[in-house]
Amino acid sequence: MSAGKISSGSEIDDPGYPTPEENYLTNSKGLLSWIFTLDHKRIGVMYLVGVSVAFLVAGLLAIGIRLHLMSPDGWFLETGAVKAITGDKPTNDVYNQVFTLHGAIMVFLFIIPSVPAALGNFLVPIMLGAKDVAFPRLNLSSFYLWMFGAFFFISALLASGLDTGWTFYTPYSTTSNTSVILATSGAFILGFSSIFTGLNFIVTINTMRPPGMTWFRMPLFLWATYATSIIQVLATPVLGITLLLLIAERTMHIGIFDPQYNGDPVTFQHFFWFYSHPAVYIMILPAFGVISELISVHSHKRIFGYRFVAYSSIAIALLGFLVWGHHMFTSGMSPVTTIIFSALTFSVSVPSAIKVFNWLATMYKGSISLTTPMVYAIVFIFLFTIGGLTGLHLGTLATDQHLHDSYFVVAHFHFVMVGGTLVAFLGGVFHWWPKMFGKMYSEKGGIASAALVFIGFLVTFLPQFILGSRGMPRRYATYDPEFQTLHVASSIGSLILGLGLFVALFVLLKSLFSKERAPANMWGGATLEWACTSPPPFYNFQRAPAVDDPYDFTDIVWDSVSERYVRVEPERKLAPEEQPAHAGE
Amino acid sequence: MATSEAGHSADQHAGDAHGHDHDHPDYLAHHFDTPEQQFDSGKLGMWLFLVTEVLFFSGMFCAYAIFRAWRPEVFEGCSQFLNTKLGAINTGVLLFSSFTMAWAVRASQLEEHKKTAALIATTLCCAMVFLGVKAVEYSHKWAMGLLPAGLFSYDENNPHPPGPNWLLYICMPFIVITIGVFLWMVFSWATKAKFQFQCAKPLFFVCLSFFGGVYLGTVLEPKVEDHAVHASADGHADAAEHAEGDPHAEGDSHAEGEAEAAGADEGEHTEEAHEAAPAEEETEEPVIELGSVVPKSGTMVDTSRDLEIQRKLASVEANSAVRDELNALERQDMNASGAITYHQTDDTSNTIAGSEEDVMRRSRAGVFFSIYYCMTGVHAIHILAGIGVLVWLLVRSLRKDFNRNYYGPVDYVGLYWHLVDLIWIYLFPLMYLIR
Repeated sequence: MSAGKISSGSEIDDPGYPTPEENYLTNSKGLLSWIFTLDHKRIGVMYLVGVSVAFLVAGLLAIGIRLHLMSPDGWFLETGAVKAITGDKPTNDVYNQVFTLHGAIMVFLFIIPSVPAALGNFLVPIMLGAKDVAFPRLNLSSFYLWMFGAFFFISALLASGLDTGWTFYTPYSTTSNTSVILATSGAFILGFSSIFTGLNFIVTINTMRPPGMTWFRMPLFLWATYATSIIQVLATPVLGITLLLLIAERTMHIGIFDPQYNGDPVTFQHFFWFYSHPAVYIMILPAFGVISELISVHSHKRIFGYRFVAYSSIAIALLGFLVWGHHMFTSGMSPVTTIIFSALTFSVSVPSAIKVFNWLATMYKGSISLTTPMVYAIVFIFLFTIGGLTGLHLGTLATDQHLHDSYFVVAHFHFVMVGGTLVAFLGGVFHWWPKMFGKMYSEKGGIASAALVFIGFLVTFLPQFILGSRGMPRRYATYDPEFQTLHVASSIGSLILGLGLFVALFVLLKSLFSKERAPANMWGGATLEWACTSPPPFYNFQRAPAVDDPYDFTDIVWDSVSERYVRVEPERKLAPEEQPAHAGE
Repeated sequence: MATSEAGHSADQHAGDAHGHDHDHPDYLAHHFDTPEQQFDSGKLGMWLFLVTEVLFFSGMFCAYAIFRAWRPEVFEGCSQFLNTKLGAINTGVLLFSSFTMAWAVRASQLEEHKKTAALIATTLCCAMVFLGVKAVEYSHKWAMGLLPAGLFSYDENNPHPPGPNWLLYICMPFIVITIGVFLWMVFSWATKAKFQFQCAKPLFFVCLSFFGGVYLGTVLEPKVEDHAVHASADGHADAAEHAEGDPHAEGDSHAEGEAEAAGADEGEHTEEAHEAAPAEEETEEPVIELGSVVPKSGTMVDTSRDLEIQRKLASVEANSAVRDELNALERQDMNASGAITYHQTDDTSNTIAGSEEDVMRRSRAGVFFSIYYCMTGVHAIHILAGIGVLVWLLVRSLRKDFNRNYYGPVDYVGLYWHLVDLIWIYLFPLMYLIR
C-alpha cells in the first residue's frame, strides 16, 4: 500500500481503549436513535446517504440529457419508454425540464452540501479535537431542512416539472407554467440548511478548539471549511430574499423583477448572482480543503506553504463576493462595470493558483503512495487546472461575448464542479471511508473507479469545449448535424463516467460487508481524526487529544509487523542513518 | 443554545475521561467544557445569525434603493398614503420594548426572577401593540386597493369600495388565541395548577394588548368614511399633495370644499384628470414634475399650496404636446418588448407615467406598495417569530431557569429583538417620512 514502509518494532500507540463495539455506529440502536441523533458523525453519515441519492437522481437526468443529444433532432426523450412517462408533453419541453432539474438538484441538493455537510459534519469536530459541533440540535435541524427542501424539489419534479434553468431568471420564471414556486421554496429552505451548517462550523471552530489547537495548527480542511462557512453565512440570505421576492412576483406581481409590471430582470440577475457566484466557492473551497489533506497525507510530506494555502482559502472567500457581475457581461451593464468585474475575476485566479502550486510542491520529492484517494487527488489537480484556466477565457470581456451561454461555459463549470468538487468529494470519501465505517475497500476497485471517472469525464467534457467555441449554444434540445460527432463522443463519455461512479459506489458498499477492520490510522495521517479509533467512539476522544502539528509525519511510521501506521515516541525515533529518505520530510 | 445530549449513554458518561465531569451543571451542555464556552458559542452564533438577518433584509433595502432612485416621485407620492402617526407610535413602542428587553437581560443576570418575567411580558405586550397597529394599517390599505403592483386596484373616484372587513379577518386568529389563553388561565386557576396559571396570566394580558394596538390604530387612522378628514388634518403640505393628486378630494364634501377654495384652476385640473384617465392618481405627479423642472426631492413641500398647484398645472399644459408625443413613442416601445422599454433613461421613463396603459400605470404606484408590503411584511414575520421565542423565555423565566451563570437565552433573544427593532427604525423614515 505504501512506498514508505519501514520496519521498526517501535511501541504502538494504538488507542486501545474502546472495544470495536463502542463506536458511534453501535452505541445506540434502532431507527429512532438515528432519526433523533445529535451526534455530528451520524448526521454526517445521513447527509452522505442523502446527497448520494440526490446525486443519483440528478446524474440519471444528466445521462438522459446526453442520450437525447445523440442525434441532432434529439433521440432519447422521443423514445417510447420515456414517452410512456412524460405523456404527450412536447419533447423539447421535457428536455428543458430535464436539464433544469439536473442543474437545480445537482447544485442545491448535491454539490453545495456534499463536502461541507457530509464530510464536514463528520470531520470538523474530530479534526478540531472537539466532542461535537457547537449546536448539535441546530445541526440536526439543518439536516431535516435539507430533507424538507429535497422533498419540495421532488414534488416539483413530480408535479409539473421545472423549466427555468437552475438560475430561475425572470421574466421567464414569472410566466413559466411549471412548478417554479415549489422549486424556489425548496431552494429557500435548502438555503437555511446551508446557513445553519455554516454558522455551526464558524462557531465550532472559533469556540470549541481544545487547548493547544491554535489557528495555525488547524488542518487545512478546517481552514477551507471556515472560509466556506463565511460564504454560506454571508451570501445565502441574499438568495433567500431573492427567491422570496420571486415567489411574491409570481403570486402577487410585485413588479420588482417582472418587466410586465415595470420590474427589472437585470436586478434579479444581480441579486441571484450575488449569492450564486459565492456559492460556486461554497462548492469548490471545501474540495480544496480535502485535496490539501489528501496530497499531504499520501505524499507523507508536510504541506508546502501551509499559511499560504490557509490564507488563500480566506482570500478566495472574500474575493468571491466581488465578481458576481461576470455572469452578466452580456446582460447589459455599463462598460466600466464590466471592466471592473473582469479585472476582479482575474484576481480570484491568484489564490486558486497558489493552492495548485503548493499541492504540486508538496508532492515534489514526497513519498507518494498511489492509493485511491491520492489518484483522485491527482485527477482533481489535473481537471481543476483545466477548469480554472478555461474560466479565464470567460472572464475576458471580448472572448466572453463569443463564448457566453455556449457549451464552452458548460464544459468550464463541469470541469470545476465535477472534475473539481465531485472528484474531491469521492477522493475524500475514499480517504475517510475507513475512518467513518471502520472498513477498508478494495484498492484495485477504487483505482479502477478513479480511472474510469477520469477517462469518462475527459471524453464527456473535452468535446464540449470544442462544441462551444464553434458556436453550439447551451440548453438546446436539437442542434446542427455538423456537431453530431462531438455530441456523440460526449454522450459516450458520460456513460463511461456513469460506469465509473457506479464502480465507486459498488466498491464502497461492498467494503461494508467485509469482516476485516480498518486500522485507526489507515494512511499515516497526522491530523486528529486518525488518533481515534475507526470508527470513532461516540464522543470522539475519550481523553483530551494531544494537539500537534497536523502535517508532521516524522513520528508516524509504517510498522510491517502489525501492518499499520504507528506513531513512535520522539525519543525512540530511528537514528538518521537508519531512516529512509522518504519517511519524513 | 443549551443542548442536552439525550442519547448519551450512562457508561460513556461514567468514563470520566473528559476531565470535567466533576462539576457539570444541568444547564451546561455536555459537549462544552465550561459555562463561559457555552455562552460565548451561543453569543457568537447569535451574532452570526443576526448578520444573516441583516443580509436577508439588505436584498429588500437594495430593491428599495434601486426603485426609489429610478422613481423618486412615485415613492414620495405613495408615501402620503402611510400614516406617519401610526408609524411613529410603532417606532416608539418598539424602542420601548427594546428598553424593557435590555432591562430583562440585566434582571436575569441579577437573578431577579419576577422582574425578568415582568419585563419580558412587557416586551411581549409592546410586540402585540405593534402588530395591532400594523393590522389596522394593512387592513385599511387593502380595503382601498393599495396593493402590490399586480393587484393594485386603487381608484380615486371610489377610494373605499365595499369589500370584506379585512381588520376582522386579521384579528380572527388573535381572537381565537386570546380566548384559548383565557380558557387556559381560568382552567389552570380552577384546577389550582399554580405554574400554569402563572404562565397564562401574563400571556392573557399580552393577547389583550394586541387589541389595545388595534384600538389605538383605529382611533388614529381615520375611518373609511372620513378618510379625507385625515387628509386635511394631516398638515398643510400633506393637504396640498392630496388635493392635487389625491383621490379623496372627490366624493367628500370636506375635501371638495378645500379644492374649490384652491381656485378654479384646480377644479379644471380635477375634471381633466377625470376625462383623461379616471383612475389616474399618484402616477400623474411625475409628469407634472417633469414639466415643472422642479427637483424631484421634496422641495415643493414647503411651497404654498395654491401657488404650487397653479405652477404645476401651467407646466402640464405647456408640456402636454411633448407628453403626448413621448407617450406615443413609449407605447410603441412597450409593444416592441418589455425589457427594452425597461432600460430607458430617466427622462423617458418619467413619461411612462403619463401613459394611459393600465398595467404600467398601476404598477408604477404599486411598486412602492410591493416594497412596502415585502419589507414590513417580512419584518412583521420577524416580530411574530420574536413573540414565539419571547413566550418561551417567559415560561423559562417563570420557571426560574436563569441565573448569574446561565442567562444566555435571554441575552441572545435580546440581541435578536434589538435587531428587529433596529430594522424598523430604518423602515420608518424610509417608508413613512418621504416628503
